[in-house]
Amino acid sequence: MSLKRTAFFNIHKNLGAKLVDFAGFEMPVQYESIVKEHLAVRESVGVFDVSHMGEVEVSGDGAFEFLQNLTTNDISKLNPNGVQYSAMCNENGGIIDDLLVYNMNDKYMLVINASNIDKDLSWMREQADSNVTISDISDSTSLLAVQGRHSLNVLRKICGVDLSGLKYYTFTEGSIEGIPVLISRTGYTGEEIGFELYFSSDVDTSEKIWKVLFDAGSEFDIKPVGLGARDTLRLEFAYRLYGNDMDETTNPIEAGLGWITKLSKGNFIGSEAISAVKDRGISRKLVGFIIDGRLPARHGYEVYKDGIKTGYVTSGSLSPVLQKNIGLAYVNKDNSEIGGTIEINIRGKMASAEIVKTPFIN
Amino acid sequence: MNIPSDLKYTKDHEWIRVEGDIATVGITDYAQNELGDIIFLDITSTLGDSIKAGVELGTIEAVKTVSEIISPADGLITGINEQINENPSVVNTDPYNEGWMVKIKLDNKFDRSSFLSDSEYKELIGI
Repeated sequence: MSLKRTAFFNIHKNLGAKLVDFAGFEMPVQYESIVKEHLAVRESVGVFDVSHMGEVEVSGDGAFEFLQNLTTNDISKLNPNGVQYSAMCNENGGIIDDLLVYNMNDKYMLVINASNIDKDLSWMREQADSNVTISDISDSTSLLAVQGRHSLNVLRKICGVDLSGLKYYTFTEGSIEGIPVLISRTGYTGEEIGFELYFSSDVDTSEKIWKVLFDAGSEFDIKPVGLGARDTLRLEFAYRLYGNDMDETTNPIEAGLGWITKLSKGNFIGSEAISAVKDRGISRKLVGFIIDGRLPARHGYEVYKDGIKTGYVTSGSLSPVLQKNIGLAYVNKDNSEIGGTIEINIRGKMASAEIVKTPFIN
Repeated sequence: MNIPSDLKYTKDHEWIRVEGDIATVGITDYAQNELGDIIFLDITSTLGDSIKAGVELGTIEAVKTVSEIISPADGLITGINEQINENPSVVNTDPYNEGWMVKIKLDNKFDRSSFLSDSEYKELIGI
Protein backbone atom coordinates (compact mmCIF):
# COMPACT_ATOMS: atom_id res chain seq x y z
CA MET A 1 0.00 0.00 0.00
CA SER A 2 1.41 3.39 -0.89
CA LEU A 3 1.86 5.99 1.81
CA LYS A 4 -0.52 8.91 2.04
CA ARG A 5 0.87 12.42 1.80
CA THR A 6 -0.32 15.67 3.28
CA ALA A 7 -0.74 18.86 1.26
CA PHE A 8 2.68 19.97 2.57
CA PHE A 9 4.61 17.00 1.19
CA ASN A 10 6.49 18.96 -1.47
CA ILE A 11 7.38 21.65 1.03
CA HIS A 12 8.82 19.04 3.41
CA LYS A 13 10.75 17.47 0.59
CA ASN A 14 12.16 20.78 -0.60
CA LEU A 15 13.20 21.61 2.96
CA GLY A 16 15.20 18.39 3.05
CA ALA A 17 13.11 16.79 5.78
CA LYS A 18 13.74 13.20 6.75
CA LEU A 19 10.47 11.51 5.82
CA VAL A 20 9.21 8.40 7.56
CA ASP A 21 6.12 6.21 7.51
CA PHE A 22 3.93 7.35 10.37
CA ALA A 23 0.49 5.74 10.60
CA GLY A 24 0.47 5.23 6.85
CA PHE A 25 1.52 8.80 6.07
CA GLU A 26 4.85 9.94 4.68
CA MET A 27 5.64 12.50 7.39
CA PRO A 28 8.64 14.65 8.34
CA VAL A 29 10.32 13.24 11.46
CA GLN A 30 12.91 16.02 11.43
CA TYR A 31 14.15 18.79 9.19
CA GLU A 32 17.50 19.63 10.72
CA SER A 33 17.75 18.34 14.27
CA ILE A 34 15.18 17.16 16.79
CA VAL A 35 16.96 19.04 19.58
CA LYS A 36 17.17 22.32 17.64
CA GLU A 37 13.53 22.06 16.56
CA HIS A 38 12.51 21.28 20.14
CA LEU A 39 14.34 24.31 21.48
CA ALA A 40 12.92 26.54 18.73
CA VAL A 41 9.44 25.80 20.08
CA ARG A 42 10.50 26.30 23.72
CA GLU A 43 12.32 29.55 22.96
CA SER A 44 10.41 31.13 20.08
CA VAL A 45 7.98 29.47 17.65
CA GLY A 46 7.74 26.35 15.52
CA VAL A 47 5.29 24.99 12.95
CA PHE A 48 4.24 21.34 12.71
CA ASP A 49 2.36 19.68 9.88
CA VAL A 50 -0.03 17.40 11.72
CA SER A 51 -2.47 17.02 8.85
CA HIS A 52 -2.29 13.26 9.26
CA MET A 53 -4.53 13.59 12.32
CA GLY A 54 -8.13 12.57 11.73
CA GLU A 55 -11.08 14.98 11.84
CA VAL A 56 -14.62 13.72 12.18
CA GLU A 57 -17.77 15.84 12.22
CA VAL A 58 -20.66 14.66 14.35
CA SER A 59 -24.01 16.34 13.75
CA GLY A 60 -27.72 15.70 14.05
CA ASP A 61 -30.31 15.85 16.84
CA GLY A 62 -28.66 12.97 18.66
CA ALA A 63 -25.09 14.30 18.51
CA PHE A 64 -24.93 15.44 22.14
CA GLU A 65 -26.26 12.16 23.59
CA PHE A 66 -24.09 10.18 21.20
CA LEU A 67 -20.90 11.93 22.33
CA GLN A 68 -21.90 11.86 25.99
CA ASN A 69 -22.15 8.07 25.64
CA LEU A 70 -19.08 7.69 23.44
CA THR A 71 -16.54 9.78 25.33
CA THR A 72 -15.31 9.82 28.93
CA ASN A 73 -15.38 13.58 29.52
CA ASP A 74 -18.59 15.55 30.13
CA ILE A 75 -19.86 17.12 26.91
CA SER A 76 -22.42 19.16 28.92
CA LYS A 77 -19.45 21.19 30.20
CA LEU A 78 -18.24 21.94 26.68
CA ASN A 79 -19.42 25.41 25.65
CA PRO A 80 -19.78 26.58 22.06
CA ASN A 81 -16.32 27.49 20.72
CA GLY A 82 -14.79 25.35 23.43
CA VAL A 83 -12.43 22.41 23.04
CA GLN A 84 -12.36 19.42 25.34
CA TYR A 85 -9.70 16.74 25.79
CA SER A 86 -11.37 13.36 26.12
CA ALA A 87 -11.09 9.65 25.43
CA MET A 88 -13.27 6.90 24.11
CA CYS A 89 -13.21 3.50 25.73
CA ASN A 90 -14.53 0.06 24.99
CA GLU A 91 -16.93 -1.76 27.34
CA ASN A 92 -13.97 -3.06 29.36
CA GLY A 93 -12.74 0.47 29.96
CA GLY A 94 -9.81 0.00 27.57
CA ILE A 95 -8.85 3.18 25.74
CA ILE A 96 -9.78 3.09 22.05
CA ASP A 97 -8.35 6.55 21.45
CA ASP A 98 -7.79 9.92 23.03
CA LEU A 99 -9.22 12.90 21.22
CA LEU A 100 -10.21 16.54 21.16
CA VAL A 101 -13.88 17.51 20.90
CA TYR A 102 -14.75 20.89 19.37
CA ASN A 103 -18.18 22.38 20.02
CA MET A 104 -19.00 24.16 16.75
CA ASN A 105 -22.50 25.26 17.78
CA ASP A 106 -24.49 23.26 15.24
CA LYS A 107 -22.14 20.27 15.23
CA TYR A 108 -19.07 18.81 16.89
CA MET A 109 -15.66 18.04 15.44
CA LEU A 110 -13.54 15.24 16.88
CA VAL A 111 -9.80 15.22 16.29
CA ILE A 112 -8.40 11.72 16.53
CA ASN A 113 -5.06 9.97 16.15
CA ALA A 114 -3.98 9.19 12.58
CA SER A 115 -3.22 5.57 13.43
CA ASN A 116 -6.75 5.08 14.75
CA ILE A 117 -8.88 6.75 12.07
CA ASP A 118 -10.37 3.58 10.57
CA LYS A 119 -10.82 1.89 13.93
CA ASP A 120 -12.44 4.95 15.51
CA LEU A 121 -14.81 5.52 12.59
CA SER A 122 -16.10 1.97 12.60
CA TRP A 123 -16.47 2.06 16.40
CA MET A 124 -18.37 5.36 16.22
CA ARG A 125 -20.63 4.13 13.43
CA GLU A 126 -21.45 1.02 15.47
CA GLN A 127 -22.61 3.23 18.33
CA ALA A 128 -24.56 5.77 16.26
CA ASP A 129 -28.28 5.70 15.55
CA SER A 130 -30.19 7.46 12.77
CA ASN A 131 -30.22 10.77 14.68
CA VAL A 132 -26.48 11.14 14.29
CA THR A 133 -24.45 11.90 11.18
CA ILE A 134 -20.75 11.04 11.20
CA SER A 135 -18.58 12.55 8.47
CA ASP A 136 -14.91 11.82 8.05
CA ILE A 137 -13.33 15.09 6.87
CA SER A 138 -9.73 13.98 7.49
CA ASP A 139 -8.66 14.00 3.86
CA SER A 140 -10.12 17.44 3.15
CA THR A 141 -8.55 19.04 6.23
CA SER A 142 -5.04 20.42 6.69
CA LEU A 143 -3.80 20.97 10.23
CA LEU A 144 -0.79 23.03 11.23
CA ALA A 145 0.27 23.53 14.83
CA VAL A 146 1.98 26.86 15.52
CA GLN A 147 3.52 26.59 18.97
CA GLY A 148 5.70 28.69 21.22
CA ARG A 149 5.79 32.06 22.93
CA HIS A 150 5.96 33.99 19.65
CA SER A 151 3.12 32.07 17.96
CA LEU A 152 0.63 34.79 18.89
CA ASN A 153 2.94 37.48 17.50
CA VAL A 154 3.14 35.60 14.21
CA LEU A 155 -0.58 34.92 13.91
CA ARG A 156 -1.66 38.43 14.90
CA LYS A 157 0.15 39.69 11.81
CA ILE A 158 -1.80 37.47 9.41
CA CYS A 159 -5.13 36.46 10.96
CA GLY A 160 -8.08 38.67 10.33
CA VAL A 161 -9.22 38.35 13.94
CA ASP A 162 -8.04 39.41 17.40
CA LEU A 163 -6.49 36.40 19.10
CA SER A 164 -5.18 38.04 22.26
CA GLY A 165 -8.39 37.20 24.13
CA LEU A 166 -8.60 33.63 22.87
CA LYS A 167 -8.47 31.47 25.97
CA TYR A 168 -6.71 28.13 26.32
CA TYR A 169 -8.86 25.33 24.85
CA THR A 170 -11.16 27.63 22.90
CA PHE A 171 -11.28 28.40 19.19
CA THR A 172 -12.48 31.02 16.76
CA GLU A 173 -13.11 31.32 13.05
CA GLY A 174 -10.59 33.52 11.30
CA SER A 175 -8.94 33.85 7.95
CA ILE A 176 -5.47 34.05 6.50
CA GLU A 177 -5.14 35.70 3.08
CA GLY A 178 -8.90 35.32 2.73
CA ILE A 179 -8.76 31.58 3.39
CA PRO A 180 -11.13 30.47 6.18
CA VAL A 181 -9.16 29.01 9.09
CA LEU A 182 -10.37 27.52 12.36
CA ILE A 183 -7.92 28.86 14.93
CA SER A 184 -7.72 26.84 18.11
CA ARG A 185 -5.67 27.69 21.18
CA THR A 186 -4.53 24.12 21.75
CA GLY A 187 -1.42 22.05 21.26
CA TYR A 188 0.62 19.03 22.19
CA THR A 189 3.83 20.78 23.22
CA GLY A 190 2.98 22.12 26.68
CA GLU A 191 3.56 25.68 25.48
CA GLU A 192 1.21 28.11 27.15
CA ILE A 193 0.89 30.01 23.91
CA GLY A 194 0.22 27.80 20.93
CA PHE A 195 -2.37 27.41 18.22
CA GLU A 196 -3.67 24.78 15.87
CA LEU A 197 -4.99 25.88 12.48
CA TYR A 198 -7.53 23.84 10.51
CA PHE A 199 -8.21 24.67 6.88
CA SER A 200 -8.77 23.15 3.45
CA SER A 201 -6.26 20.51 2.37
CA ASP A 202 -6.22 21.93 -1.15
CA VAL A 203 -2.50 22.00 -1.99
CA ASP A 204 -2.37 25.58 -3.27
CA THR A 205 -4.33 26.80 -0.25
CA SER A 206 -2.20 24.86 2.19
CA GLU A 207 1.09 25.93 0.63
CA LYS A 208 -0.07 29.54 0.67
CA ILE A 209 -0.80 29.40 4.39
CA TRP A 210 2.57 27.78 5.10
CA LYS A 211 4.33 30.53 3.14
CA VAL A 212 2.43 33.34 4.82
CA LEU A 213 3.18 31.86 8.24
CA PHE A 214 6.89 31.58 7.55
CA ASP A 215 7.09 35.07 6.04
CA ALA A 216 5.35 36.51 9.09
CA GLY A 217 7.48 34.41 11.43
CA SER A 218 10.89 35.17 9.94
CA GLU A 219 11.52 37.97 12.43
CA PHE A 220 11.00 35.40 15.20
CA ASP A 221 13.20 32.80 13.50
CA ILE A 222 10.21 30.52 12.99
CA LYS A 223 11.19 26.92 12.26
CA PRO A 224 9.49 23.86 10.78
CA VAL A 225 9.32 21.11 13.40
CA GLY A 226 9.05 17.40 12.74
CA LEU A 227 7.31 14.59 14.55
CA GLY A 228 10.52 13.73 16.40
CA ALA A 229 10.46 16.98 18.33
CA ARG A 230 6.69 16.76 18.69
CA ASP A 231 7.33 13.58 20.69
CA THR A 232 10.09 15.03 22.90
CA LEU A 233 8.05 18.19 23.49
CA ARG A 234 4.96 16.30 24.59
CA LEU A 235 7.02 13.99 26.80
CA GLU A 236 8.51 16.91 28.77
CA PHE A 237 4.91 17.67 29.75
CA ALA A 238 4.07 13.99 30.26
CA TYR A 239 1.29 14.19 27.69
CA ARG A 240 0.24 10.64 26.90
CA LEU A 241 0.81 9.25 23.43
CA TYR A 242 -1.70 6.73 22.15
CA GLY A 243 -0.07 3.44 21.23
CA ASN A 244 2.84 4.10 23.58
CA ASP A 245 1.46 5.15 26.94
CA MET A 246 -2.07 3.89 26.49
CA ASP A 247 -4.04 1.50 24.35
CA GLU A 248 -7.01 -0.84 24.61
CA THR A 249 -5.29 -2.82 27.39
CA THR A 250 -5.00 0.24 29.65
CA ASN A 251 -7.81 2.08 31.39
CA PRO A 252 -7.97 5.87 31.87
CA ILE A 253 -7.45 5.68 35.63
CA GLU A 254 -4.12 3.85 35.54
CA ALA A 255 -3.08 6.00 32.55
CA GLY A 256 -3.53 9.10 34.71
CA LEU A 257 -6.55 10.28 32.74
CA GLY A 258 -8.98 10.22 35.64
CA TRP A 259 -9.33 13.98 35.19
CA ILE A 260 -11.06 13.50 31.84
CA THR A 261 -13.15 10.55 33.05
CA LYS A 262 -16.37 11.93 34.50
CA LEU A 263 -18.17 9.01 36.12
CA SER A 264 -20.56 11.51 37.71
CA LYS A 265 -22.08 12.44 34.33
CA GLY A 266 -23.97 9.12 34.13
CA ASN A 267 -23.38 5.96 32.16
CA PHE A 268 -21.16 5.94 29.10
CA ILE A 269 -19.34 3.20 27.23
CA GLY A 270 -16.85 1.69 29.64
CA SER A 271 -18.13 3.55 32.70
CA GLU A 272 -19.12 0.39 34.60
CA ALA A 273 -15.73 -1.20 34.10
CA ILE A 274 -13.92 2.03 35.00
CA SER A 275 -16.12 2.45 38.05
CA ALA A 276 -15.19 -1.07 39.15
CA VAL A 277 -11.51 -0.25 38.70
CA LYS A 278 -11.94 2.82 40.89
CA ASP A 279 -13.75 0.81 43.57
CA ARG A 280 -11.16 -1.92 43.86
CA GLY A 281 -8.21 0.40 43.24
CA ILE A 282 -5.76 0.35 40.36
CA SER A 283 -3.05 -2.31 40.31
CA ARG A 284 -0.55 -0.25 38.29
CA LYS A 285 0.02 3.36 37.48
CA LEU A 286 1.70 5.43 34.80
CA VAL A 287 4.53 7.37 36.45
CA GLY A 288 7.20 9.79 35.30
CA PHE A 289 10.85 9.04 35.95
CA ILE A 290 14.26 10.64 35.55
CA ILE A 291 17.19 8.32 34.92
CA ASP A 292 20.41 8.70 36.89
CA GLY A 293 22.76 8.25 33.94
CA ARG A 294 23.15 9.01 30.29
CA LEU A 295 21.51 6.01 28.68
CA PRO A 296 17.91 6.84 27.75
CA ALA A 297 15.09 4.35 28.33
CA ARG A 298 12.87 3.45 25.42
CA HIS A 299 9.41 2.02 24.87
CA GLY A 300 9.15 -1.56 26.11
CA TYR A 301 12.16 -1.66 28.46
CA GLU A 302 11.46 -3.58 31.67
CA VAL A 303 11.24 -1.85 35.03
CA TYR A 304 12.33 -3.48 38.30
CA LYS A 305 12.05 -2.67 41.98
CA ASP A 306 14.55 -4.39 44.28
CA GLY A 307 15.30 -6.91 41.56
CA ILE A 308 11.67 -7.85 40.94
CA LYS A 309 9.91 -6.86 37.74
CA THR A 310 7.34 -4.14 38.42
CA GLY A 311 6.43 -2.83 34.98
CA TYR A 312 7.66 -1.43 31.71
CA VAL A 313 8.65 1.81 30.06
CA THR A 314 6.07 3.32 27.71
CA SER A 315 7.97 6.43 26.54
CA GLY A 316 11.53 7.58 27.04
CA SER A 317 13.85 10.21 25.65
CA LEU A 318 16.45 12.77 26.44
CA SER A 319 14.75 15.97 27.60
CA PRO A 320 16.43 18.69 25.53
CA VAL A 321 15.47 21.31 28.15
CA LEU A 322 16.55 19.38 31.27
CA GLN A 323 19.40 17.54 29.52
CA LYS A 324 18.31 14.48 31.48
CA ASN A 325 16.78 11.21 30.38
CA ILE A 326 13.09 11.22 31.20
CA GLY A 327 10.26 8.82 30.59
CA LEU A 328 6.93 7.31 31.52
CA ALA A 329 6.39 3.77 32.80
CA TYR A 330 3.64 1.57 34.15
CA VAL A 331 4.69 0.26 37.54
CA ASN A 332 2.86 -1.68 40.25
CA LYS A 333 0.85 0.66 42.45
CA ASP A 334 2.99 -0.29 45.47
CA ASN A 335 6.11 0.98 43.69
CA SER A 336 4.62 4.15 42.23
CA GLU A 337 5.34 6.65 44.99
CA ILE A 338 6.91 10.01 44.02
CA GLY A 339 10.53 10.04 45.15
CA GLY A 340 10.87 6.27 45.02
CA THR A 341 13.54 4.62 42.91
CA ILE A 342 13.16 2.00 40.22
CA GLU A 343 15.64 0.21 38.02
CA ILE A 344 15.31 0.07 34.26
CA ASN A 345 16.86 -2.69 32.20
CA ILE A 346 18.55 -0.82 29.37
CA ARG A 347 19.68 -3.63 27.08
CA GLY A 348 21.18 -5.60 29.96
CA LYS A 349 22.41 -2.67 32.05
CA MET A 350 20.39 -1.73 35.10
CA ALA A 351 19.94 2.04 35.36
CA SER A 352 18.54 3.66 38.48
CA ALA A 353 15.69 6.12 38.03
CA GLU A 354 13.70 8.30 40.38
CA ILE A 355 9.93 8.55 40.16
CA VAL A 356 9.09 12.24 39.89
CA LYS A 357 6.09 14.50 39.65
CA THR A 358 5.01 15.39 36.15
CA PRO A 359 5.14 17.49 34.06
CA PHE A 360 8.92 17.27 33.99
CA ILE A 361 9.19 20.99 33.27
CA ASN A 362 6.85 23.90 33.94
CA MET B 1 26.47 13.61 1.94
CA ASN B 2 30.19 13.48 2.60
CA ILE B 3 31.82 10.11 1.84
CA PRO B 4 35.59 10.76 1.77
CA SER B 5 37.55 8.79 -0.81
CA ASP B 6 40.54 8.11 1.47
CA LEU B 7 38.52 5.94 3.91
CA LYS B 8 37.23 2.36 3.81
CA TYR B 9 33.65 1.49 4.72
CA THR B 10 31.56 -1.37 6.09
CA LYS B 11 28.00 -2.50 5.45
CA ASP B 12 27.30 -1.45 9.07
CA HIS B 13 27.80 2.19 7.97
CA GLU B 14 31.12 2.57 9.71
CA TRP B 15 34.32 4.02 8.31
CA ILE B 16 37.84 2.86 8.98
CA ARG B 17 41.07 4.86 8.55
CA VAL B 18 44.22 2.72 8.62
CA GLU B 19 47.50 4.34 9.60
CA GLY B 20 50.31 1.81 10.12
CA ASP B 21 48.77 -0.98 12.15
CA ILE B 22 46.19 1.29 13.83
CA ALA B 23 42.64 1.57 12.53
CA THR B 24 40.44 4.48 13.59
CA VAL B 25 36.73 3.71 13.43
CA GLY B 26 33.60 5.83 13.40
CA ILE B 27 30.18 6.03 11.80
CA THR B 28 29.55 7.55 8.39
CA ASP B 29 27.89 10.82 7.54
CA TYR B 30 24.97 8.76 6.22
CA ALA B 31 24.71 6.90 9.56
CA GLN B 32 24.80 10.04 11.70
CA ASN B 33 22.15 11.59 9.49
CA GLU B 34 19.92 8.53 9.79
CA LEU B 35 20.34 8.40 13.58
CA GLY B 36 19.73 12.10 14.14
CA ASP B 37 20.92 13.97 17.22
CA ILE B 38 23.56 11.83 18.96
CA ILE B 39 23.36 12.03 22.74
CA PHE B 40 25.72 9.36 24.12
CA LEU B 41 28.43 6.94 23.07
CA ASP B 42 28.49 3.84 25.25
CA ILE B 43 31.56 1.75 24.39
CA THR B 44 31.40 -1.33 26.59
CA SER B 45 34.77 -2.72 25.48
CA THR B 46 37.74 -1.36 27.42
CA LEU B 47 41.28 -0.43 26.44
CA GLY B 48 43.39 -3.52 25.82
CA ASP B 49 40.43 -5.77 25.04
CA SER B 50 41.05 -8.28 22.31
CA ILE B 51 38.18 -8.11 19.85
CA LYS B 52 37.01 -9.89 16.74
CA ALA B 53 35.45 -8.42 13.63
CA GLY B 54 31.67 -8.42 13.91
CA VAL B 55 31.43 -8.17 17.70
CA GLU B 56 29.50 -5.35 19.35
CA LEU B 57 31.82 -2.77 20.91
CA GLY B 58 29.00 -0.72 22.39
CA THR B 59 26.14 1.47 21.33
CA ILE B 60 25.52 4.96 20.05
CA GLU B 61 22.41 6.60 21.46
CA ALA B 62 20.43 9.17 19.51
CA VAL B 63 17.32 11.00 20.68
CA LYS B 64 15.02 8.70 18.72
CA THR B 65 16.98 5.48 18.45
CA VAL B 66 20.00 3.43 19.38
CA SER B 67 22.50 1.66 17.16
CA GLU B 68 25.31 -0.83 17.76
CA ILE B 69 28.94 -0.09 17.08
CA ILE B 70 30.37 -3.21 15.44
CA SER B 71 34.07 -3.97 15.34
CA PRO B 72 35.19 -3.90 11.71
CA ALA B 73 38.36 -5.91 12.35
CA ASP B 74 40.26 -8.26 14.68
CA GLY B 75 42.70 -6.62 17.07
CA LEU B 76 43.16 -4.81 20.37
CA ILE B 77 41.27 -1.73 21.52
CA THR B 78 43.87 1.01 21.93
CA GLY B 79 41.68 4.09 22.02
CA ILE B 80 38.16 5.18 22.92
CA ASN B 81 37.02 8.72 22.18
CA GLU B 82 35.85 9.79 25.63
CA GLN B 83 35.57 13.37 24.34
CA ILE B 84 32.42 12.50 22.44
CA ASN B 85 30.39 12.45 25.63
CA GLU B 86 31.50 15.99 26.47
CA ASN B 87 29.78 17.08 23.27
CA PRO B 88 27.97 14.20 21.52
CA SER B 89 26.80 16.41 18.66
CA VAL B 90 30.35 16.26 17.30
CA VAL B 91 29.37 12.89 15.79
CA ASN B 92 26.72 14.75 13.78
CA THR B 93 28.88 17.68 12.79
CA ASP B 94 32.26 16.00 12.22
CA PRO B 95 31.79 12.21 11.95
CA TYR B 96 35.13 11.53 10.24
CA ASN B 97 37.46 13.49 12.51
CA GLU B 98 36.39 14.75 15.96
CA GLY B 99 33.60 12.16 15.94
CA TRP B 100 35.87 9.08 15.75
CA MET B 101 34.87 6.38 18.23
CA VAL B 102 37.52 3.69 18.74
CA LYS B 103 41.07 2.87 17.69
CA ILE B 104 42.05 -0.72 17.05
CA LYS B 105 45.57 -2.17 16.81
CA LEU B 106 45.10 -4.50 13.87
CA ASP B 107 46.51 -7.98 13.91
CA ASN B 108 48.60 -9.05 10.94
CA LYS B 109 45.74 -10.87 9.22
CA PHE B 110 44.06 -7.53 8.44
CA ASP B 111 42.75 -7.47 4.87
CA ARG B 112 42.06 -4.03 3.49
CA SER B 113 40.35 -5.49 0.42
CA SER B 114 37.49 -6.89 2.52
CA PHE B 115 36.14 -3.34 3.01
CA LEU B 116 34.05 -1.18 0.73
CA SER B 117 35.60 1.68 -1.20
CA ASP B 118 33.90 5.08 -1.14
CA SER B 119 32.21 4.36 -4.47
CA GLU B 120 31.02 0.93 -3.32
CA TYR B 121 29.68 2.48 -0.13
CA LYS B 122 27.91 5.22 -2.07
CA GLU B 123 26.26 2.52 -4.14
CA LEU B 124 25.17 0.75 -0.93
CA ILE B 125 23.42 3.88 0.37
CA GLY B 126 22.08 4.78 -3.05
CA ILE B 127 23.79 8.09 -3.77
